[in-house]
Amino acid sequence: MLTISLSQFLIVAAILFTLGVAGIVLNHKNIIIVLMSVELILLSVNINLVAFSAFLGDLTGQVFALFILTVAAAEAAIGLAILVCYYRNRGSIAIDDINMMKG
Amino acid sequence: MSHLSLALAHCLPEFILAAGTLFLVLLGALRGKESDGLVTEIAAGLLGAAIVVILLGGMTTAVVFGGAFIDDGFGRFMKVLTLAGSLVTLVMSQDFLAREKIDKFEFPVLILLATLGMLMLISAAGLIALYLGLELMSLALYVIAAFHRDNIRASEAGLKYFVLGALSSGMLLYGASLLYGFAGTVSFAGIAETINGKASLGAVFGLVFLMAGLAFKMSAVPFHMWTPDVYEGAPTPVTAFFATAVKMAAVAITLRVILTAFPGIASQWRQIVIFISLLSMVLGAFAAIGQTNIKRLMAYSAIGHIGFALVGLAAGGEAGVSGVLAYMAIYLVMTLGTFAGILSMRVNGEGVENISDLSGLAKTDGVMAFFLAMMMFSLAGIPPLAGFFAKWYVFNAAIQAGLYWLAVIGILSSAVAAFYYLRVVKVMYFDEPAPAFDEPAPAPRAVLAVTGILVLVLFAYPGVFIEATTAAAQSLF
Repeated sequence: MLTISLSQFLIVAAILFTLGVAGIVLNHKNIIIVLMSVELILLSVNINLVAFSAFLGDLTGQVFALFILTVAAAEAAIGLAILVCYYRNRGSIAIDDINMMKG
Repeated sequence: MSHLSLALAHCLPEFILAAGTLFLVLLGALRGKESDGLVTEIAAGLLGAAIVVILLGGMTTAVVFGGAFIDDGFGRFMKVLTLAGSLVTLVMSQDFLAREKIDKFEFPVLILLATLGMLMLISAAGLIALYLGLELMSLALYVIAAFHRDNIRASEAGLKYFVLGALSSGMLLYGASLLYGFAGTVSFAGIAETINGKASLGAVFGLVFLMAGLAFKMSAVPFHMWTPDVYEGAPTPVTAFFATAVKMAAVAITLRVILTAFPGIASQWRQIVIFISLLSMVLGAFAAIGQTNIKRLMAYSAIGHIGFALVGLAAGGEAGVSGVLAYMAIYLVMTLGTFAGILSMRVNGEGVENISDLSGLAKTDGVMAFFLAMMMFSLAGIPPLAGFFAKWYVFNAAIQAGLYWLAVIGILSSAVAAFYYLRVVKVMYFDEPAPAFDEPAPAPRAVLAVTGILVLVLFAYPGVFIEATTAAAQSLF
């Protein structure tokens, strides 16, 4: 039977993490994609934690992952709320339009 | 006393804030519009109560809740600073919020929640507690950055802070997951025991990602890019909150993580700390020169000051940490004073925030000009004001640790930074008067006067102050 080693899990998580960061840094279209990228980053961390937890035979990592899931839900809710608020004022959620202040 | 009540006794300040916040949410929701003033008053009372509980509480060190929460001298010192920052910001913001018609009861509630997060962050003794404290703080901060929700700049500030904050939390978490994997535990003490001088690749990667997340919260270069925009766009009381209480908590947890989880690989983290400290000092000094908006100026000033404070951490040891604590305490006082001044900048009921609006303030409001000038001299580090001592402590520690060139570059960038602080003084004293400001509200005026006096007289009593910071620093080693 094919077994999957710890390093393979870590590689998948690292790829997802990189995709998430790239999605935030390189994306110039839409804020919703940024929110999706944030979720991707958090899920890659969860894969890491659960893989380490199984590998170490220690439950702490899974507890940590559950906390992250909970906080991620709250974070997404707040992010979308701020986004709605921003859209009402600006009438757009394109990243290139977030330029009222230089920087 | 049972086990649980013993644990609760160590987190009494947090407990007061948590229970109080829940009560205030209910009160605000049930009583509606007319409860705003009452909620703020109770919130200020709760923050004050938490300070009193810490000051009167025990002096022992204890780790409770299964190794997740530590109550020690360092934590108590930083908690008092954080709570003082929150309390003063809350009190002096009422008038501003009322005039901008955003004096909703959610504001004090969110301040309390953010402060609760900060206290948990300062007392975190493990990665899970660190993350939960950080997120409780950050989620409340994202919302109050966008608190002026009909204002496009405030909502843009909130959005920018959220996106970059979420990215930084992600990096911090990725680092935390690597550290957990390679150390097999989430507690700082356990990580220190496992690493113990052997810098494995995984642990160093974890450390770097963790530092990136923390540098973001401290607004240290290269993770500072959100700071000027958020400082400028957010309502001024929120900016004051970001510049005071949030900075205290972020610096505190950075010190705690680095010194309790990674004492064995000092040569690894010292490089990173020197790097971000150097860049922050230089960028803070040069980027602020061309600014015309005083809140933006304060943002670059904050970046520079974090760089100076981190010089103490780079020096390491008790002297260095005590220097950082002294720096943060003095920085808190100076920033509160400066923002009390900025909050008083109103012409015909409209808030103004350009440096040119301060023109000739000495002729129209001599008292405010004098105290604001003291703040600027102190931020620039001119003796005998408090800001000079702050810099003296950290640079002294750096020189004792043999980091001569870091101290030299720090002093040079502080000389460059003096230019823009002194320009503000020049504008206030020598330029043609701009329209006079409205009659200032009593709270910001009182804060400006008290902080101004503290900044002026600190040199007379440095002994008491240094005793406190040294005692706090000792508990980390």
